[in-house]
Amino acid sequence: MKLHIEDLTHLATGSAFLGAGGGGDPYIGRLLASSAIKEFGPPELVRAEDVDDNARVLTIAMLGAPTVMLEKAASGDDIEQVIRSLEDKLGEKADYLMSIEIGGINSMVPVMAAARLGVPMIDADGMGRAFPELQMVTFNAFGVSATPLVMADDHGISIVVDAPNAKSAEDVVRSASVPLGCSAAISCYPMRGCQVKETAVLGTISLAREIGEIIAHGRAQGAPVQKLASYLRTTPYYSECFVLFDGKVVDVKRELKGGFSIGSVLLASLDGDGHEMEVVFQNEFLVARLDGSTRAIVPDLVCLVDRETAEPVPADAVRYGQRLKVLGVSAPPVMRSPESLSIFGPQAFGMEESFVPLEELAEKGA
Amino acid sequence: MIRAARIGIDVGGTNTDAVVVRERSVLASHKTPTTGDVTSGVVTAVRGVLSSSGVPVTAVGGVMIGTTHFTNAVLERKHLSPVGVIRVALPSAAALPPFTDWPDDLQKIVGGNSFMVRGGYKYDGEVADDLDEAAVVECVRKFKRAGLRSVAISGLFSPIHDAMERRVQNIVEQELPDARVTVSSTIGRIGLLDRENAAILNASLAALSTKVVASLKEAFTGLGIDAPMFISQNDGTLMSDSFVAKYPVLTFASGPTNSMRGAGFLSGLDDGIVVDIGGTTTDIGVLTQGFPRESYMASNLGGVLTNFRMPDLLVLGLGGGSLVAQCDDGMRIGPESVGFELIDRAMVFGGQTLTATDLAVAAGYADIGDASLVRKLPKKTVSEGVACMHRIVEEGIDRMKTSAAPSPVVLVGGGSVLIDHALEGVSEVVLPEHAGVANAVGATIAKVSGEVDRVFSYERIGRDASLKVAKEAAVERALAAGAAAGSVEVLEVEELPVAYVPGGAVRVRVKAAGDIGDVSSEGHMT
Repeated sequence: MKLHIEDLTHLATGSAFLGAGGGGDPYIGRLLASSAIKEFGPPELVRAEDVDDNARVLTIAMLGAPTVMLEKAASGDDIEQVIRSLEDKLGEKADYLMSIEIGGINSMVPVMAAARLGVPMIDADGMGRAFPELQMVTFNAFGVSATPLVMADDHGISIVVDAPNAKSAEDVVRSASVPLGCSAAISCYPMRGCQVKETAVLGTISLAREIGEIIAHGRAQGAPVQKLASYLRTTPYYSECFVLFDGKVVDVKRELKGGFSIGSVLLASLDGDGHEMEVVFQNEFLVARLDGSTRAIVPDLVCLVDRETAEPVPADAVRYGQRLKVLGVSAPPVMRSPESLSIFGPQAFGMEESFVPLEELAEKGA
Repeated sequence: MIRAARIGIDVGGTNTDAVVVRERSVLASHKTPTTGDVTSGVVTAVRGVLSSSGVPVTAVGGVMIGTTHFTNAVLERKHLSPVGVIRVALPSAAALPPFTDWPDDLQKIVGGNSFMVRGGYKYDGEVADDLDEAAVVECVRKFKRAGLRSVAISGLFSPIHDAMERRVQNIVEQELPDARVTVSSTIGRIGLLDRENAAILNASLAALSTKVVASLKEAFTGLGIDAPMFISQNDGTLMSDSFVAKYPVLTFASGPTNSMRGAGFLSGLDDGIVVDIGGTTTDIGVLTQGFPRESYMASNLGGVLTNFRMPDLLVLGLGGGSLVAQCDDGMRIGPESVGFELIDRAMVFGGQTLTATDLAVAAGYADIGDASLVRKLPKKTVSEGVACMHRIVEEGIDRMKTSAAPSPVVLVGGGSVLIDHALEGVSEVVLPEHAGVANAVGATIAKVSGEVDRVFSYERIGRDASLKVAKEAAVERALAAGAAAGSVEVLEVEELPVAYVPGGAVRVRVKAAGDIGDVSSEGHMT
């Protein structure tokens, strides 16, 4: 199947939803992808099942500050450079490209890269959502090495990193992103086809595109949030989907700590029954608590959408007075495994609570 | 003689309104249809308002104009010039060349001559690449051969450092002395494509604005008015005539801004919510220190995304002409409307269509048309309908408020009759006099402003030093736009942390504004 320009609007909406409040504005990413498709033609999107076990798979992403990406986007050469350098380092060509996260801008960068390089992309990613750091991916949880990796800016500066573990690699690339202008292209977690099948979250590009399409149809026909929730319940991963709250934002707290936008949103119920929901975020929404009791917690997805249009609302766009629905969505099973939870469970974000699947929280709360 | 009177003019799509204001009172107003050439409608309105106010032209200290003319030129694709574009950013952003994502029809008129050259800065103002001056000269020669006289220049991170854009401007002006040049850092913020789009639109309007400004000036001289002329910009502040000739794009969205500022002035409120109810829609905005709160969303103009300072408006589908219908889940009012056909189709005017205006008349608090024609409406329909209209406005107000505390509301517009009783979450409802010409009034009271939007590293130079630099730059810009020295104050300081980067990078926006040059005595500013 080919990914066409018409698919990108839906993919942008869907990945903004799965971004769970983070991942950056997909707008620039959508422009990058559509310009590349216009110039080089639509890239092939391949199911992981159809990939040869021995195939060489490289990931591609942008790393850095979304605000900076708004200004300098990508040159295209930076994307090619990281892929070519990693190919040189590995001594073989990429057979496939793949997304590392489905949220926000990084759902689009692989589309751009695949179109430019004429290499097919795999319908999968390493999170099924957005996360802030390089080690927070299923590839890492199941033993795929983050390195060797290559990061490059648009001025021909590139660095190759070898590291004993993904967290060390993250520390290095995060600091190195600053002299690279706070935004750079990166290719990491080089894999074989069999590793993709074992560790990746499969089918997420198609899922994101369909989520966007369902929201658009819902808007045209009415009740988009309901239609979105019904659709998610039919999907393989996001099948546990609860509308956790329907309310109005009455308070937003936000501060900057170590490069992260940290804070919380307080919503009050619309029918005035006195119930409140607090949603805590650290770039992405991490946990939703109804009157103090947890209803969904990372890595399960907490997504805020406009209650009328189902438009996903990123954490940095939440404001007093917005009428929002809070959706709790199950993370893919691979994200809920003990291996995954040790890397991006609640403790990874400084919370003391343990992860409990949101469907269990719902039963307890009922 | 003291020149204490000001003339405010609003050139809308349908009507041109003029008012004469002295100190805090509106002496007279005049409405006339907008004309294609703008100027003759303005002349008619000014003549009318001067004669009904009895104010002699010698007492006029300033003329302030709000106009949708330039917005409409873009929307209608009329009077636009082709633009030569030079972007200083290579190798960055090469994947998204100028005119990315423009509508084809507009690109055909404006585009076709855009070039990217090496150069630009990093997010912190350090040089990313040296400017390729030879390439710039080559571009300008191509513009010359193509007969272009409008040029837009954009540069990577130019809002943080504009030296390269300025250097390119010098080169263009040397090679093409009669060119109209727009430099992106003077009109936009961070976000290269959006800022570049704004610069291109501006350059494309430059020839038109020079013509319109000259023709308006000539018209005022013809009327015997010897006072400076100002034009409103989208943030509710004024620019001098010479400034608007250079930056016509800054007039976009000045209409709703003037309306809100006028509502604030007429009601005497500096802080509160303005609800402008028209025939089809209700616009709700927030006034803070007399200025509209601005939107963060990218604004779309004629299909082109820009990052303009637009007022943050909530538009609801409720107006005097809104259709009233019974649905399964209660009553529905709007968004469909009879619009300007209200006087034919509404029941109070003998028509067959039940509109929001009919409900207000039937409930007994609005006096429009013939009340006997709606006497037979069921009481339940009327009471439910009235409750529904109030609920729509209340919800809208609540969405726009920044805190739960009750806030005052100013009601303006022809549809303001729809609202009768106190509104929930509102401390008081004010219905000012002259609300119908709030736009023109808003133009007369505006100040002259300057704004800065840059990224600073608090870890490196500290918060205090960063804010000081930003404030000084904003004040300087207000002075450059025509503010009187000594009157400029900092109005707004906003700090937005930049996420996903270590190093304490913070985006700082500062707005400063001051009074217009001395209009009370001499009527000329320097």
